[in-house]
Amino acid sequence: MGSLLSLFTTFVKIGGFTIGGGYAMIPLVEREVIERRKWITSEGFLDVLSLAQSLPGIWAVNISVFVGYKVKGVKGAVAAALGTILPSFIIILAIAISFAHIEDNMWVKRFFMGVRPAVIALIAVPMVNAIKKIGFTPYNVTIAILTAILIWSFGVSPIIIILVMGIGSIALYWYRQRKLKQ
Amino acid sequence: MIYFQLFLVYIKIGLFGFGGGYALLSLIQFEVVERYKWITDQQFTDIVAISQMTPGPIGINSATYIGYTATGNVWGAIIATFAVCLPSFILVLLISYYLAKFQENRYVERFFHALKPVTVGLIASAALYLMNKETFFDYSSYILFFGAFILSMFTRIHPILMIVLTGIIGMIIY
Repeated sequence: MGSLLSLFTTFVKIGGFTIGGGYAMIPLVEREVIERRKWITSEGFLDVLSLAQSLPGIWAVNISVFVGYKVKGVKGAVAAALGTILPSFIIILAIAISFAHIEDNMWVKRFFMGVRPAVIALIAVPMVNAIKKIGFTPYNVTIAILTAILIWSFGVSPIIIILVMGIGSIALYWYRQRKLKQ
Repeated sequence: MIYFQLFLVYIKIGLFGFGGGYALLSLIQFEVVERYKWITDQQFTDIVAISQMTPGPIGINSATYIGYTATGNVWGAIIATFAVCLPSFILVLLISYYLAKFQENRYVERFFHALKPVTVGLIASAALYLMNKETFFDYSSYILFFGAFILSMFTRIHPILMIVLTGIIGMIIY
């Protein structure tokens, strides 16, 4: 079984080479954690993956905490999470510090003027893919549009919508189950 | 004071950020740009672009970047990054313990199922907020947007290549 240090270095590697986040880390985890270190089986990883995706927060952190905990308990979870965070923390901090000085540079400004519309496209594509994945049903489309409009036009907090929809669906399910039993 | 607010905001984002990176953007945008105005829409869009080109998840990247920019201090970056990870850390540890039971629970299943279309709306709201006059200042921005959308949707072009490409076009035409 792995030591704390090897957990840390493995996740530094995964965190440092996953560009864009999320799904991009899956092949790396498969190679390093399943095949090389054999810390979890591929079936075990599928469970971890589906759970990490349904929990709130950052998937990469969720996955590393799951694996770290499995290998070395709470200490392992801390080592794996730190490893995942550290490379991007250092790189982004360096960029944030230097960007404050070059932000007003003419060429930097022009570069980002060209990039910004593309960023919106890069956000729109996963949105289209997500709705394709869950199905283009009238219900899904209505809920998605309502959510977007409530936040964007009415300034409703996304957290409120998440809570209302989540708890509402549980209440509805509970009510139906009770009616069925009667 | 700002450190404490930063901590609370990122705890919230970590705790309620369902649906992964892009859905998280909506929460970050709402709290950091609209509510506390720590950064502008433009800065936020630039951070998303920088996140796509650098290693690590967008949630971590934005916490580090915004934490630093809002306070002008490394501690801001550390506090925001720590705070966004804290809820998932605690939740995952709790759930590792009850793993099987948790996954089979019907109520938990209903909860996640109900959030799926909401996630799509969250991503849409983040995109809508960023579609403003500063980003779309003339027809060339629309051409860049549609070009990038069609290329990303129908080819397997890498996001980094897309950003570098549109950036170079920007440097040439503006």
